[in-house]
Amino acid sequence: MSDDPFATPRAKNGRAPDARRVGGWLPMREYPETEPVDFVIVGTGAGGGTLTGRLAELGFSVVAFDAGPWFRPLEEFASDETEQNKLYWNDRRVTGGENPLIMGGNNSGKAVGGSTVHYAMVSLRFRPEWFKSRSRLGYAVDWPLDWREMWDYYAQAEQALKIAGPVSYPWGPKRPRYPYRAHELNAPAELLARGAEALGYRWSPTPLATVSAPHGLSPPCVYRGFCRFGCSTNAKQSQLVTFIPRAVEAGAEIRDLAMVGRIETGNDGLVTGVHYFREGRWGFQAARNVIVAGYAIETPRLLLLSANDRYPDGLANSSGLVGRNLMTQSNQAVWGLMEQEVRWNKGPPSLALTEHWNYEDRKDFPGYYCWMSQGPLPVEWANTLIGSRGLWGERLRQQMAHYNHQVGLKMVGEMLPDEANRVELDDKEVDQYGLPVSRITYRWGEDDKRLINHALDQMQMSLEAINATDIFRQDNDTNHLAGTARMGFDARSSVVDADCRSWDIPNLWICDGSVFPTTGGVNPSLTITAIALRTADRIAALAARGELARRHRSVTVGAGHALAG
Amino acid sequence: MTDRFPGYDVLSKRHSPSWNEVTRQVVNRRLAVPREPRYFTWDEFVTLDAICDRIVPQPDHRPKVPLAAYVDARLVEGPGDGYRFANLPEAADAWRQGLAALDAEAQAAHGVPFHRISPHAQDRLLTQAQNGELNNPAWGGMPARMFFEHRVLPDIVHSYYAHPTAWSEIGFGGPASPRGYVRMQLDRRDPWEAAEAYPGHEDRARRQNRHV
Repeated sequence: MSDDPFATPRAKNGRAPDARRVGGWLPMREYPETEPVDFVIVGTGAGGGTLTGRLAELGFSVVAFDAGPWFRPLEEFASDETEQNKLYWNDRRVTGGENPLIMGGNNSGKAVGGSTVHYAMVSLRFRPEWFKSRSRLGYAVDWPLDWREMWDYYAQAEQALKIAGPVSYPWGPKRPRYPYRAHELNAPAELLARGAEALGYRWSPTPLATVSAPHGLSPPCVYRGFCRFGCSTNAKQSQLVTFIPRAVEAGAEIRDLAMVGRIETGNDGLVTGVHYFREGRWGFQAARNVIVAGYAIETPRLLLLSANDRYPDGLANSSGLVGRNLMTQSNQAVWGLMEQEVRWNKGPPSLALTEHWNYEDRKDFPGYYCWMSQGPLPVEWANTLIGSRGLWGERLRQQMAHYNHQVGLKMVGEMLPDEANRVELDDKEVDQYGLPVSRITYRWGEDDKRLINHALDQMQMSLEAINATDIFRQDNDTNHLAGTARMGFDARSSVVDADCRSWDIPNLWICDGSVFPTTGGVNPSLTITAIALRTADRIAALAARGELARRHRSVTVGAGHALAG
Repeated sequence: MTDRFPGYDVLSKRHSPSWNEVTRQVVNRRLAVPREPRYFTWDEFVTLDAICDRIVPQPDHRPKVPLAAYVDARLVEGPGDGYRFANLPEAADAWRQGLAALDAEAQAAHGVPFHRISPHAQDRLLTQAQNGELNNPAWGGMPARMFFEHRVLPDIVHSYYAHPTAWSEIGFGGPASPRGYVRMQLDRRDPWEAAEAYPGHEDRARRQNRHV
């Protein structure tokens, strides 16, 4: 065992941990605080980790910050649900409203690599029309991105993460073959397939970011089933073992255990760098550009915490939309019991899915959803039983004894943007850094509820078709986050443009799930990664034209793009 | 409850390729949890222990999983939840207040503290908490239903199903790194997984479970 990754930073003195090797180190370039670097990036997950790697490879000087530790999974990740809570953002937050969001494992990460360290690796593309929800499908708002351009960036993201998926994917426009072969189905996946076929729906092996054959230092997945608690073999292609080492090798500096608490602006209104807490003191890193990539809670929180005389409502907030339009995804499930032994803990948790209702418009509610096979581990499963059925006592122990025979389907559903769903700063409580904590307010809309009920009915039919018994519904779960710094077509109705550049401050950028104007009916990580890849290319193009520190007034990026075809 | 996985002990795999070093250390630490309260007073701890016995009743024939000790340990050592509900206090405060309230409810209804009333009466009080039917002033504005649903149940139940004794009881394969699993299909069992006892074949399951 090495030193405690929570006690002192590891990325120091010219070296950083190499998460791909036991006890491994990589030489790391370091930048002085007082000389402005091209980019400071706050957060190292699907958005920030990807950008750190790409911008460094494109020749920019980059210092990235993560509030969490820099783990080496091979020696530090236990096969244990409880221990691995160390991967989540466990700091204080307040959650309220009519349907308070449960934070923690479902939707947060605090480690180098962000929540990709513990995500379920489900790597799906948006349906093209979702980039134009308003004009093509009649609800919510359009994105300023063109799906055809995104299709190329999705392909790049899939290559970078060596996604294992089927030769041909049943839904949507043509896409290249997945780089790695699909994983075999486990029993829950096979049961999803049987149920879908009984309903006349197509299904597919889920495209996953865990390799099905060796890749670099990653061995093929051994189907251990603890994916959502951190992969201890590095088969998972998280940012921690992909873009992060690429970033360090390309000359980026990444500071672990470094909490950014405030972005500074200068007399000209541009950002000048960030104040961050590391090793017991507040430091200041000067930068020519700052990219915020802290996800849908920490990103608006940092922008609001950075309020000053010139920007009294927080940075990039002339629209008043920073922190607003917070979205989660509905994550309800239907569970049942099989006569056969399912042993659902084996293999990645979601090896099969059906996107049938993502590509079907004949329905009476806006928004879309898919569902996937499931394999919760014991604590997670017990939590479902206490939460959905209110079980305790002898009845709980009896139901838990059926663990190896349970089966289930879980949705990922689109919830619609609503300005009342938001992140604010609490006016009383502060966290361990002395910073006001986030206060999160959430309420499901009537359309959200219609979509959820539709999905629950459908998933129940699928379980009934395979003769599952003792079927029950988990009607209260949500997961991924989005919104709170949406991209759009103008400064009045959005926070950033299509390039993830803030309308208000040309050298302040936001690149993570918070820029999503809508969430679609699939897991967001691949889309965040694709947007980050695009943003890196756009930054390089703008830099080449000398337009990084100022916005070229004659161009409104994105507004002129053709609508999705 | 009958023994569905006779002779299966997930800890017997501790030195197999299913357990890596960090997992051994984590589970060893868990098994060595201090049995004395560090956050709660002894009086509170006795009340908590009585609640744990009702939330997860444990059989007499094996060493008891010290659930109250785990609840106490987490309040001292963390990690936190990462959030709190707007109408609930922080975990440690919620627990202190909730235990006092349940004792006050028992006093009001039966004239003795919670741990001294019958298991049946304890269950009734806990059910009332679950249904939000308790409103003794000792709750101090904290909704009993929220306390039960978001502190009592998860904190105690998570502790139980994080314990190797519970893994063995439900036939969970347990830690699985680096070996993982091979037989993924329906009704297939890897030789290092728990064998289930089907009526008339209990001995076979017991034999298989000796060799996981």
